[in-house]
Amino acid sequence: MIHPIPPGTRDILPDEMRELRRLHLALIEVFEARGYGEVATPAIEYDEVLARGDGRTADSAYRFFDERGDLLALRSDMTVPIARLVAGRYAGAETPLRFCYLANAYRAVRPQRGQMREFAQAGVELIGAPAPDGTVEVVQVLEAALDAAGLDRAVIGLGDADLFRQLLSELDAPEEARAAILGRLATHDLVGLEAELGEAGIGDEQVATCVALSQLRGGREVLEQARAIGGGAVERATARIGETYEALEARGAAGRVQVDLGLLRDLGYYSGAILEVYDPALGHVLGGGGRYDGLLQRFGVDLPAAGFALYLERVHVAQMEEEPSREEGS
Amino acid sequence: MNVEVAGTAAPKLDGPLKLAVPRGALLEGTLDVLDAAGIDTAAVRGESRALIFPSERITLVTMRPSDVPTYVEAGAADVGITGKDVLLEQSDRLVYELLDLGYGRCRMVLAGRKGDERLGEAQRRLGMTRIATKYPRIAERHFEATGRQVETIEVKGSVELAPLTGLADGIVDLVATGRTLEENELEVREEIVECTARFVANRVAHKLRAAEIDELMAKLRGAVAR
Repeated sequence: MIHPIPPGTRDILPDEMRELRRLHLALIEVFEARGYGEVATPAIEYDEVLARGDGRTADSAYRFFDERGDLLALRSDMTVPIARLVAGRYAGAETPLRFCYLANAYRAVRPQRGQMREFAQAGVELIGAPAPDGTVEVVQVLEAALDAAGLDRAVIGLGDADLFRQLLSELDAPEEARAAILGRLATHDLVGLEAELGEAGIGDEQVATCVALSQLRGGREVLEQARAIGGGAVERATARIGETYEALEARGAAGRVQVDLGLLRDLGYYSGAILEVYDPALGHVLGGGGRYDGLLQRFGVDLPAAGFALYLERVHVAQMEEEPSREEGS
Repeated sequence: MNVEVAGTAAPKLDGPLKLAVPRGALLEGTLDVLDAAGIDTAAVRGESRALIFPSERITLVTMRPSDVPTYVEAGAADVGITGKDVLLEQSDRLVYELLDLGYGRCRMVLAGRKGDERLGEAQRRLGMTRIATKYPRIAERHFEATGRQVETIEVKGSVELAPLTGLADGIVDLVATGRTLEENELEVREEIVECTARFVANRVAHKLRAAEIDELMAKLRGAVAR
């Protein structure tokens, strides 16, 4: 007899669990070895506390009332709960602080085509280490995690969350049009982007610049191409990315990093560097992260921070898909 | 929207670039543009009933236009061509819309029976219009944006049948020449949006196969500019 479970959730049986557990352990071992202590936080929090971190996740939060009538929500990631934890439990502690986690998070998306409403994330948070050194450390932990997972073909995209925000104010785009423009950029709807920019009164030449910038992705040469486009916002963003990239190069850790000026993530709290992780064997993004220097301040502690999260199930799928290519290679 | 959540589909991004080619009304125009872009389409044009046409640089995968976003989102095809109507209807699919190819131009319209006030009448007296369509989300968005209530009835076959039989007060459908409407005594009441063919890409392929996709995009841009 079949008793249903909610859409977007699933049971895990022993064969899969055994493999997932191996992956769990390998990742946590990498994190612990680099000084990131594992933490756990409640899956349910006060809605008001989570919304303080990122009002935009509210769109897809699971909310409910407890017996006292307080509004609760299921966490939609671990970054905001850890920011809350640091503000409450580590105020005034010596920095940087290093934490890692392996936890389920919840988003009430339309459950279809393998998009889950409950999903496992593994990641780290580095609190109190500013750019570029903090970013470099996080990228290196991420690289070690991908190595431990056996995904040696995985690529890390490195972009800058402030580039287009600053560019739009430089171009005097009307305040009310900016969210729509950034939305088009985040989804790379170039046709819509051109239309939105045109409607916002941006000249043809500058529209072409914006579109061209969003398509710049590749190695170090991309920074030169961007600088050639010019402008203060581009100059500052390429300087920030360049600083991180060069520091990675100096440590021999830039090989799998792709500079990507078109990178934008949906979460509202990112500032400066943003990261995304891809594997050639998988059509979906494996994870992401970046800097969120303003997030801790929303909880009353002014500390720079950076981190990443990997979607555990997707990493597991990529591991399985990479098996044939590894066998060919060996 | 566009929240990322762990998924499990797992196609490959290796080998020649896979381009999803729409069969049906967009096929002819698509093949012409691909030819102009220097991609050999002779095999697709032939009598073969195959679905996949491999070559050294690019593999053409033929499918229904409405399946293109599904294959591209999952990475089963790296890039694809489909109508804007399909992309609007499946706007929750995470694909990058990179280029307006300009051909396959048609209009998404609201149509009703000729000389019949049923559409306005239903809205005024019943507070609700019943619309038959293959594009329920586009129809709902249009009515919502214009401050009216709607009951969409999704049909699979000839939409024109619905108002003629009394299933619906009107239809929302794609119109190229308007002949089908004409033959069924229907007329355009409102234009919703103009649709053309679009070039789309999988988001991971767009990052990891940047050079190939940029090159193809430049060729397509050149081909449609002629």
